[in-house]
Amino acid sequence: MSEITPDLVRHLAGLARIDVTDAEVSRFTEQLSLIVDSMASIKAAVQGDVPATSHPIPMSNVFREDVVEPSLSQQEALSGAPDSADGRFRVHAILDEE
Amino acid sequence: MAKAELMDYAKALEMFEVVIGLEVHVELNTKTKMFCGCANEFGSEPNTNVCPICLGLPGSLPAVNKRAVESAISIGLALGCDIAPTGRFARKNYFYPDLAKNFQTSQYDEPIAFDGSIDVEVPSGNSYTVNIERAHMEEDAGKLTHVGGSTGRIQGAEYSLVDYNRAGVPLIEIVTKPVYGTGSEAPELAAAYVRTIREIVKALNVSDARMERGNVRCDANVSLRLHGAEKLGTRTETKNVNSLRSIERTVRYEIQRQAAILAKGGTITQETRHWHEDKGITSSGRPKSDADDYRYFPEPDLVPVQPSHDLIETLRAALPEKPADRRKRLQAEWSFADLEFRDVVNAGLLDQIEEAVAAGSSPQAARKWYTGEIARLANAEDKDISELAVTPAHVAELQTLVDSGKLNDRLAREVLTYVLAGEGTPGAIVAARGLEVVNDDGALIAAIDAALASQPDVIDAIREGRMQAAGAVIGAVMKAMKGSADAARVRELLIQKANQ
Amino acid sequence: MSNLVFKSASDLVELLQKGEVSSVQLTQAFLDRIEKLNPAINAFLHVSAEGALATAAEVDRRRAAGENLPELAGLPIAVKDNLTTVDAPTTAGSKILEGWVPQYDATVVSLLRAQLMPILGKTNMDEFAMGSSTENSAFGPTGNPWALDRIPGGSGGGSAAAVGAFLAPLAIGSDTGGSIRYPASMTGTVGVKPTYGAVSRYGLIALGSSLDQIGPVSRTVLDGALLQDVIAGHDKHDSTSLPATLGSMTEAAKNGDLKGVRVGVIKQLQGEGFQAGVQARFDEAIDLLTAAGAQIVEVDCPSFEHAIAAYYLILPAEASSNLAKFDSVRFGLRVTPDGNPTIERVMAATREAGFGPEVKRRIIMGTFALSSGSYDAYYGSAQKIRTLIQRDFAKAFELADVLVSPTAPTTAFKIGEKNEDPLAMYLNDIATIPANLAGIPGISLPIGTADEDGLPVGIQFLAPAMQDARLYQVGAALESILVNKWGKDMAHFAQAGTMAAPASEAN
Repeated sequence: MSEITPDLVRHLAGLARIDVTDAEVSRFTEQLSLIVDSMASIKAAVQGDVPATSHPIPMSNVFREDVVEPSLSQQEALSGAPDSADGRFRVHAILDEE
Repeated sequence: MAKAELMDYAKALEMFEVVIGLEVHVELNTKTKMFCGCANEFGSEPNTNVCPICLGLPGSLPAVNKRAVESAISIGLALGCDIAPTGRFARKNYFYPDLAKNFQTSQYDEPIAFDGSIDVEVPSGNSYTVNIERAHMEEDAGKLTHVGGSTGRIQGAEYSLVDYNRAGVPLIEIVTKPVYGTGSEAPELAAAYVRTIREIVKALNVSDARMERGNVRCDANVSLRLHGAEKLGTRTETKNVNSLRSIERTVRYEIQRQAAILAKGGTITQETRHWHEDKGITSSGRPKSDADDYRYFPEPDLVPVQPSHDLIETLRAALPEKPADRRKRLQAEWSFADLEFRDVVNAGLLDQIEEAVAAGSSPQAARKWYTGEIARLANAEDKDISELAVTPAHVAELQTLVDSGKLNDRLAREVLTYVLAGEGTPGAIVAARGLEVVNDDGALIAAIDAALASQPDVIDAIREGRMQAAGAVIGAVMKAMKGSADAARVRELLIQKANQ
Repeated sequence: MSNLVFKSASDLVELLQKGEVSSVQLTQAFLDRIEKLNPAINAFLHVSAEGALATAAEVDRRRAAGENLPELAGLPIAVKDNLTTVDAPTTAGSKILEGWVPQYDATVVSLLRAQLMPILGKTNMDEFAMGSSTENSAFGPTGNPWALDRIPGGSGGGSAAAVGAFLAPLAIGSDTGGSIRYPASMTGTVGVKPTYGAVSRYGLIALGSSLDQIGPVSRTVLDGALLQDVIAGHDKHDSTSLPATLGSMTEAAKNGDLKGVRVGVIKQLQGEGFQAGVQARFDEAIDLLTAAGAQIVEVDCPSFEHAIAAYYLILPAEASSNLAKFDSVRFGLRVTPDGNPTIERVMAATREAGFGPEVKRRIIMGTFALSSGSYDAYYGSAQKIRTLIQRDFAKAFELADVLVSPTAPTTAFKIGEKNEDPLAMYLNDIATIPANLAGIPGISLPIGTADEDGLPVGIQFLAPAMQDARLYQVGAALESILVNKWGKDMAHFAQAGTMAAPASEAN
């Protein structure tokens, strides 16, 4: 009984901004179900007070002085842009309200 | 947008208890951005203060601005917060064209400061304790300009242009705990709270705190519940309310709007709303949905921030006086009565008067100008005093001209209007327009004689002790001199004449 | 003089320094071989002939003028295509970045340029480093120099194949779950994943930020050491980079020694699930270590059972966030659907067209692992498994100075054989993944071929964090013993006529 359903896959693809075809939804549902099922054991494996590790090598307090460094030129900044105008990146209309 | 129904304010408060929560974003005035060495500068050519990091180019990595961290700690301390022994950055994931990486590097469950409180005074003189949930570090997004369509707003735009100069600028987000028990003063408290935050960050010199430039932004959360109810009502969040006056109006509006709905048996939609200054209403934005699943996780490219005890104590020792203490001191220094001082505080004029005094004005004179003529002119243009072109130095100069007799009150007010129009300093305007008070007794006497010619009885009246009669002549002289005479001198000369 | 290409990097460095060969000559030799062989093996996605020769010419000029030059000056090198280079497209093996020329060099690339090493080109890889066979590249698979119809491993198959086929003496790779070590094992070459943070990640197109590390790809242990010494070091642009250097790997490699070294054989990483021929070569290698004075102990790492699950939660989660920036706005592909699309539609269509199936699968998986309601059970639990794995390693390193296992469960399989089954593909990394989760360094070096198929087998050593030098010390020692025993080096096991076999000296 997997948590991964086609609706969930569609929802996740939406969150991740990737269009998916129906064929992909079914394929991903099947594959991801298998993968997630194979992971069922890990929640049980960490019962008890095990802290999470998000950084493999413990370090702290790494900072940069508040000193200006050279920026890219406007031209360099826009050099990879698929579309630009007036020194800015141009994109199609945005659906959501700001 | 259909106009929402609003319940009468007093009735709304009778029926419901108001709970508010405020999120304020403060833009820091560091030289560089939060995670890269690009200049933190307003008004540059688009996309000229950018680099691989703030542009979110593949392969780039963030590096934390030390001064931003220190500023965050100072803000936390000034708000009475605990400073986290270990704070971590987190990624807040969502897609938007002004977000270069399509995630914001922020802080989630390990903010740098938490659990503080500050006292905020409202116009009535009441003081409320606002509890601070947390203050955390994050980065700003770029700037979008919407092109095409009729209003320059997002709806109906053909396309949008993105400038990432602002992307990555350090922000401190300050979140209050829900604020209860403010009754009808919730709107005033909200505005006063934000004003207090502004005062604090300006005094700390960590932000320019100019609301009109977006240095300080406020999101206002409002919910209602029946008196005595335990559960909190559903709240709405009105985002980016960017002036003190708008904050007050927004909160008041939401109270009235929500009360009308609830009274009819309806329910409040939990959603983000927008304040429209021109129409004086809030409108619905996106409803809160699954799309707001930000999938926070600890930022793997940055390591934890563990401020040392020494650093914290050094910053604590450098804290400027609390706003409340500063006010007590200023009121004493200026010898203002309670009501006078409160007027000044409520109108947000402390800084201006302080600066005018520093520039040479007497405190009372500065107060009279600001709470009198300048406030009147601001209201007439429906603007905040801070938006007018007159500076405290101008006010001091103006008062000096009056004190020295060069200007009378009427002329001074005239000069003020020219200052507001941007013509320059009072002194320059007086010179350019030749507006000095006429001190030439000869000219005054001539004018008096001319006035008396048509009102000969006045001299007799004065001799008989009916001083009020002088008024007509003085008025006529002032009119003839186009207001540039000193009314007191005219009166003196008139009386002298009568006694001759 | 095309025999130059078969020499080790350290030999070539000596020839260059003595002036017996010019950098232009050497660079041209590699470029010629690339031109001849790359079409069939597809190791390089982009060849920078002009730039490489220009650097080579500059080195020769300065050397002739008697200038003091960096140690590896004039020695050509290949770079995996997920490191940014300002003078060559950087695709990370993906259509979504096809043709993108970065505005900045990765720190490692800057270091190579400072060493005046001619950069021959960018090598092929699984798309965004997701994969262990290089079959997920949007630009076609790379062949194994030992047999072109077999995988060279992945994700850095291009770099390993380039070095294994003598198209470059050295290459730069990146390793997130084994992407340097696994291809090394498949192609009979040497690959090292340094301690996390030893080499700057600035300019490495991120996959799993807490797992990624850049490292050397070479044919000998000493060659790898020479390269790691060039690329390792603190970088202020990478906040996770170690504050201090880890000492000289070259010195460690030159002082290979096994006497008294405690070698821990990981119980969970041998026997069942490992190909017979792989296990056989591994067991022999253990015997050789013993004969050379090492002490063999068995170590038990029970949490490794969950390593793959933890990895395939942490990695996709971080990757789903790292890959969000590919949205058609500032760089890369933009696909505009018909009609009046909104930016959201353009983003979704672009990512649909630009990402391959494995990338999409992992992004969706990662989005799932991080989403509210799933976080604690999946991503949160995986980060805790990580702690358990670190603890198991810590316990093991009390009993042993280095740990050992076969690098991979099998030899190189055929292209196309496993790519319908992602789970099966994930199991390739069973031995390499734990090191990435823990941040510790690992090396793979060749220990011969499997009897059943004559394909390379690799052995993996692991050391505690910061103790990379041990890997070079132990690796060099074993390599020397093996070469002595064989009377030849690993490449000479390759069938004549394959790209992996050095051409006869008589040419």
